[in-house]
Amino acid sequence: MNGEIPALLPALPEIILAIGAMILLMLGVFRGNGSFTQVTNLSVLLLVICAAVMISEVGGERQVTFNNMFVTDAFAVFAKVLVYMGSAIALLISGKFLAEHKIDKFEYPILVLFATLGMLIMVSANNLMSLYVGLELQSLSLYVLAAMNRDRLRSTEAGLKYFVLGALSSGMLLYGISLIYGFSGTTEFDVLATSLQGEGTPEIGIVIGLVFLLAGLAFKVSAVPFHMWTPDVYEGSPTPVTAFFAAAPKVAAMALLVRAMINGFPALIEEWQQVIIFVSIASMLVGAFVALVQTNIKRLMAYSSIGHVGYALVGLATGTQAGIEALLIYLAIYLTMTLGAFAAILSMRRSDGMVETVDDLAGLSETNLPMAVAIAIFMFSLAGIPLLAGFFGKWFIFLAAVEAGLVPLAIIGFLASVVACFYYLRIIKVMFFDEPSGAFDGEHGRSVSLVVGTAAVLNSPVSFLLISSLAGAAAWAANSLLFQ
Amino acid sequence: MSVGLGHYLTVAAILFVFGVFGIFLNRKNVIIILMSVELMLLAVNINLVAFSTFQGDMAGQVLARFVLTVAAAEAAIGLAILVVYFRSRGSIAVEDINQMKG
Repeated sequence: MNGEIPALLPALPEIILAIGAMILLMLGVFRGNGSFTQVTNLSVLLLVICAAVMISEVGGERQVTFNNMFVTDAFAVFAKVLVYMGSAIALLISGKFLAEHKIDKFEYPILVLFATLGMLIMVSANNLMSLYVGLELQSLSLYVLAAMNRDRLRSTEAGLKYFVLGALSSGMLLYGISLIYGFSGTTEFDVLATSLQGEGTPEIGIVIGLVFLLAGLAFKVSAVPFHMWTPDVYEGSPTPVTAFFAAAPKVAAMALLVRAMINGFPALIEEWQQVIIFVSIASMLVGAFVALVQTNIKRLMAYSSIGHVGYALVGLATGTQAGIEALLIYLAIYLTMTLGAFAAILSMRRSDGMVETVDDLAGLSETNLPMAVAIAIFMFSLAGIPLLAGFFGKWFIFLAAVEAGLVPLAIIGFLASVVACFYYLRIIKVMFFDEPSGAFDGEHGRSVSLVVGTAAVLNSPVSFLLISSLAGAAAWAANSLLFQ
Repeated sequence: MSVGLGHYLTVAAILFVFGVFGIFLNRKNVIIILMSVELMLLAVNINLVAFSTFQGDMAGQVLARFVLTVAAAEAAIGLAILVVYFRSRGSIAVEDINQMKG
């Protein structure tokens, strides 16, 4: 133990974000309740500044600091760019909705910032300790966000359910961490990887710990045996919060899972691969079949996100560089699809309240054609129809699975995506061929239209032009993770 | 008979299982769920401190400190959400948390 100050540069964006969030908190406290718009705009600006600092100052070199607790490399940069984007866009599209529901409190952007900080630490965690602390910083902020609309029963119920099940999963994660620490004597990923390397059969304690760890992390990415909170939390939370939940935390938790497995337990690939394959198949099937009977759009999107997590996990199940690369591409495309879809859901409201059920969308093509086209693009893309962005995501994933010899997994994934097509296409059918059920109020704010438009363009066949640069970036990121 | 690592691990495992069952089998009150969560985290702490002592490695005790801190924050947030829920529902019985199916 020495008294030196650790190198701060690798963690500079996180430090700026932490200090900035606290300054904004003070600003909000002193300016009172009218400061929501100002704090939100400054929060978006802060996220952009942090992302710029990360790209220009930190870069993709592998650097570690804080006694190897914190690592930054190309993989971290890629995942963090997605996290920054998800959080900033979720903030941009939320203002109008929150103001209308009279929950435009300045705590909202602050909590999003702290959750983002937690996600960044998760992505950069190189030790089971920093993994836990980052995960909890993120989760605790998200519990409060879910219960943000505190006068509405459903929102508080969503917060309560999320909290109880989240606390349970944290407990399992920690129990796993304690067993891994106890039987290997370290919590550091790199040391863990080398100490596990030599042994023939791994100690049973480590395997049990690994399974507990996976259970805890599967909860955070809402993969199937641990998905029961997702539909309720998605339905109950205010819609902008749901949009936030569906985007950035998924990316961060998935990046964390990948780094923990690939960097921490490469020697135990036989053990965790089985678990990931099972979880991934279960998620794909539940996401496809249970969504068929949903009538609430937010619940439907919840099952859709469970399915998408299943596809992304196929990439991890391969354990190869191509698989991780495909997973990163998938996450980036998933982010644009889901944020676009939620921005579109947010933009539709009637005088009597929000659009909540699929039938409310009936005849949208006649009342608001551009929005109907945009939603159709998102639904086709989520379904993975060729030429749209979502197709490329699934293509890379299944290609990687086949190359790694996991042909049955790819086939199940393909069949599940065919089943899932049904409910995505049902939304399109309702929008274009059903009798209109009344027009929507046109006014929904410029930032929402901008997000919907940009995401729709990115998901349209234009994605054909962008996919090679995205694949290049993902390859760069995956490379830094596997062959450090 | 001397108390070895195995004894500590057994106690921690039993407490952890109590905590998990407390969450799932309890049908009465959400406060009991919060207590069960606390029990799980403390079971983990017993594990961590026992491992740390028997290996002569400080990392486990440092992690136990973090767990205690986070558990306190978690309890605070849990109770806050519970108060907000009680205000709009008028009850904190587990079977009353049923506005959304699932």
